[in-house]
Amino acid sequence: MIELSNVSKYFGSAKAVDGVSFSVNEGENLVLLGTSGCGKTTTLKMINRLINPDNGAISIKGKDIQQENPETLRRSIGYVMQNIGLFPHYTIYENIATVPKLLKWDTNKTRPRVMELMKKLHLPEELLDRFPAELSGGQMQRVGLARALVADPPLLLMDEPFGALDNVTRSSIQAEFKQLDELLRKTIIMVTHDVQEAFELADRICLMDKGKIMQIGTPSALLHQPANDFSRKFLDGQRLALEFRVSTLKDIWPYMRAKQTGIQRDQPDAPEEELHRTLGLPGNTSVWTALELAKANAQTNKVSFTALMDGFTQYQKAVRHE
Amino acid sequence: MVLPNIKKQSAMNEPQQSLLAFMLQESDKLLTQTLQHVGLTFISLIFALLIGLPLGILIARKRKLSGSVLGFAGVLQTIPSIALLGFMIPLIGIGAKPAIVALLIYALLPIIRNTYTGIIGIDPHVREAARAMGMSRQQILVRVELPLAMPVILAGIRTATVINVGVATLASYIAAGGLGEFIFGGISLNNTNMILAGAIPAALLAIVLDLLLSLVQHMSFRRLKMAVYILPLFVVGLSTFYLIPSAYGSRLVAGFTPEFMGRQDGDIGLRDTYGLKIHTTVISDAVMYKAAYAKELDVISGYSTDGRLKAFDLKILEDDKSIFPPYYAAPIVRTSAMKKFPELEKVLNMLAGKIPDSIMTDLNYKTDYLHQTPEKVAKDFLAAHQLLKPSRNGKQGTVRIGSKIFGEQYILAAMYSMLIKGYTDYDVATKTGLGGTKICFDALVNDQIDLYPEYTGTGLLVLLQPAPQLAKKLAANKEDTYQYVKQAFLQKFDIQWLQPIGFNNSYALMMRKKQSAELNVNTITDLKNYLDKE
Repeated sequence: MIELSNVSKYFGSAKAVDGVSFSVNEGENLVLLGTSGCGKTTTLKMINRLINPDNGAISIKGKDIQQENPETLRRSIGYVMQNIGLFPHYTIYENIATVPKLLKWDTNKTRPRVMELMKKLHLPEELLDRFPAELSGGQMQRVGLARALVADPPLLLMDEPFGALDNVTRSSIQAEFKQLDELLRKTIIMVTHDVQEAFELADRICLMDKGKIMQIGTPSALLHQPANDFSRKFLDGQRLALEFRVSTLKDIWPYMRAKQTGIQRDQPDAPEEELHRTLGLPGNTSVWTALELAKANAQTNKVSFTALMDGFTQYQKAVRHE
Repeated sequence: MVLPNIKKQSAMNEPQQSLLAFMLQESDKLLTQTLQHVGLTFISLIFALLIGLPLGILIARKRKLSGSVLGFAGVLQTIPSIALLGFMIPLIGIGAKPAIVALLIYALLPIIRNTYTGIIGIDPHVREAARAMGMSRQQILVRVELPLAMPVILAGIRTATVINVGVATLASYIAAGGLGEFIFGGISLNNTNMILAGAIPAALLAIVLDLLLSLVQHMSFRRLKMAVYILPLFVVGLSTFYLIPSAYGSRLVAGFTPEFMGRQDGDIGLRDTYGLKIHTTVISDAVMYKAAYAKELDVISGYSTDGRLKAFDLKILEDDKSIFPPYYAAPIVRTSAMKKFPELEKVLNMLAGKIPDSIMTDLNYKTDYLHQTPEKVAKDFLAAHQLLKPSRNGKQGTVRIGSKIFGEQYILAAMYSMLIKGYTDYDVATKTGLGGTKICFDALVNDQIDLYPEYTGTGLLVLLQPAPQLAKKLAANKEDTYQYVKQAFLQKFDIQWLQPIGFNNSYALMMRKKQSAELNVNTITDLKNYLDKE
C-alpha cells in the first residue's frame, strides 16, 4: 500500500534519512524503532509531507504523493503525535471534528461519528464541551486518537503516540489500542523508541540507526535472526522480556500439552482448536499476555502461571538446542 | 511644575468656581472634546491594527525581518511626541490627519511586537498538528495562530490604546481637538479647573479603556470567540465619534490658541461682542502662523507685533468694537529692587517710547524669521539709536532680569541687560524663557527676579482680574489702563510699572492679505457680516 524507495532527507549537511526503502502492506502495523535522532520521525513525517524528501519517491496506493496537494493528502491520513497537539482553544468536540470541518462534512454526519468514537474510546460524553486543559493525560491522548480516526482514513501515522503518558496509563491505553476495532482494518505506521512497545504492537519492525535501516522484519525475526551486530546489541538486555512477548501460546503448547490434557504424545503439530479449548485463549496470544492474565485472574483462569512458565522454559531450551 | 503656581494663584485671586460648576458650564465643549479624544484614539488604533497586524504576521513567518521591523517601530516610538507632531505639519499640514498619523506611529510598536510574540509563542506542536490535520497556511493562521495569539495581541492593543489616550492630548497643538484643548488652555490661562476638566476625563478614559480591554484579554477561549467578533464593531463605532463634532462648519476656518479660546478678550469676546460664528479649531501658537500661510487656516489669533505677521504676509483685522484691550509693554520692577538699585529706574526708562509697533514687528521679524539672535537684534537697535555703551563690568550687586518664553521678551531682556551694564556699575543675570505670565509674575513677587517686561492688558485681565464691566471700560483707553494697573500693582503687590516702551502688542485677528482683499474683509465686523451671508 505504501512504498518508500531510496528516500533521503538532509538537514544542512547532516543526513537525517539516508536512502530508506520499505513497503507496508494493507492492514499491517509497521513500527519504526530506533534511538532519538535515528531518522524515524523524519521518515514518518515524509509520508504525509510534513517534511519533503530531498531524494527518492514515496507512493501511497501507487500514487506518488509529491503529485498530490499536501493539504488534501494530509486530510486523508490520520496523524497522532507524541505531544498530542490538541488545539487548546477548541472544545473536545471541535478538536475531534477538525478534519470533518476541513472536509466540509455536514453536521448530521460529523456529530454521530464523533459520538461513536467517544464511546469506542471510553470518553465520557460530558467532555465534549470541555477544553483540552481540563482533561487528564490519558483522556487527551484518546482525544488525539479520535481526532486522527474521525474521517476513517485507511492509513494512520503515529509519532510516539504513548510517549507523553505515565507507565500505568500507557499500558492500559496500549491494551485498549490493540483491541480497538477501528484500528484493526487500518494500515498503521508508528514511531517509537520503546522496544517493548514495538514488540507489543508491531506486525513488522523497521529498526533504524543514523538514517539507515538496520533490519526490517517480524519481532521474532529481529529477536532470533539479527541481521547485524547493531540489531543484536539493540535488543540485548531486554531479550528475556522480549522472548515472552514474541513467543505465543501456539509455540509453547507442545511442551505443556501433556500436562494440561493428559495426552502423552510429544508432537509439535498440535491442533490450535484444542489449545483454544483447553487454555481459553487464542493461539496467537503472546506468552507475556497469557502470564499477565494468569496472574491477574488466578482463580478463573484455565491455566496456571506456573504451567505457562514451565512450558515457556522447555520451549526456550528446545529452541536453543536447535 | 504647574501645580505650585496654581495654589498661589487661587490664594491670590478671588475664590474660583468649583470644578464641577466649570464642567457643567462647559459641558458642551467637554463632551465634544471627549468624543474627539475617543475618536482620535480609535481611528488611529484602527489604522495601527491595519498596518501592525499584517506586519506582525509577516515577521512571524519571515523571522529574518523581525529585527529590522521591530527596531524601526521602536525608533519611531522614541521620537518625542511634540517633535513628531512638528514633523507632520510640513508633510500633511494640521488637523486630524497628522494627529492620526502620529498616534498611529506610537500605537504601531506594541501591536506589531505583540502580534509577533503572540504567534511565535504558540506551542510548535499545536501548529504541527494543524498542518498534519490538513489545514492550509491561511487556515492555520485564522483558525489556530491568531486565536491562540489573541490574548497577547489584545495586551498589545491595550497598551497601544492607553498610549494613544495619553498622546492624543497633544493633538490640540495641531488643531485636531481632544481633551488637550482644556489641558493646554488651562495651563496658559492658569485655570486649574480647566486643566482638571481636561486631565481628569483623559485619565478616566485611559483607566476605563485599560480595564475593559484587560477584561477581554483575560477571557476564556469560549468567551473570547464572541468578543473577537464584537471588538472590531466597538472600535469602529468609537472611532466615528471624531466625525460627530466636526459636522458643522463655515466656509472660513479659524485657528485660535488655547489661551485665546478661554479669554474674555479672546474667543469669548468675539462671540459676545461681535456675535462671530466661525468654525474654530484650537492650535498652538508655534504652528498657527504657518498654517494660516499654508491656507490650512483662514483666520488666526495672533499678536499685533509678531514678526511672523510680516514674514507670512498677514493682515490684522481692525478691532472696531475694541474688545482687545491695549497691551502696552513696560518694565515692571519690585519696589524693594528699586531701593536696592537706585539707578535702575533711570536706565530702564531710557527705552521709554523708543519702540513703536512697526519697529517692534521688525525686530521680531529679525529673530523669528531671519533667525538672528535676540542679543544681536538688541545690540543693533541700541547702536542705531546711539544708546550702546561698552560694559563697565560693574560689581555693585546683580540685577536679575526675567522674560517670558517668546522672542520679543528675549529682545527686551537683552536690551535692558546691555543698558544696565553700560550705564551703571551693576552686574546682570538674565532668567529668560520663563514659561508664561504666571511663572514670571510669581518669580518677581517671590524675589527670584527683580524685573521683567509686562503688558498692561495682561496686568489688567490676567493678574488683577477686575469685574468685567470695569475691565471693559478701562480697556477702551490706553492711558486709563496704564494708570489703573500702575496704582493697583503698587497697592496690591508692591510692584512698580515704569514708563511704557511704546508698542502695543495686543491680540489681533489676522487673515492672509490676499484673502482679506478678495473678500473685502478689513474689520472684525466685516468678517462677521461675511460669515453671516453664507
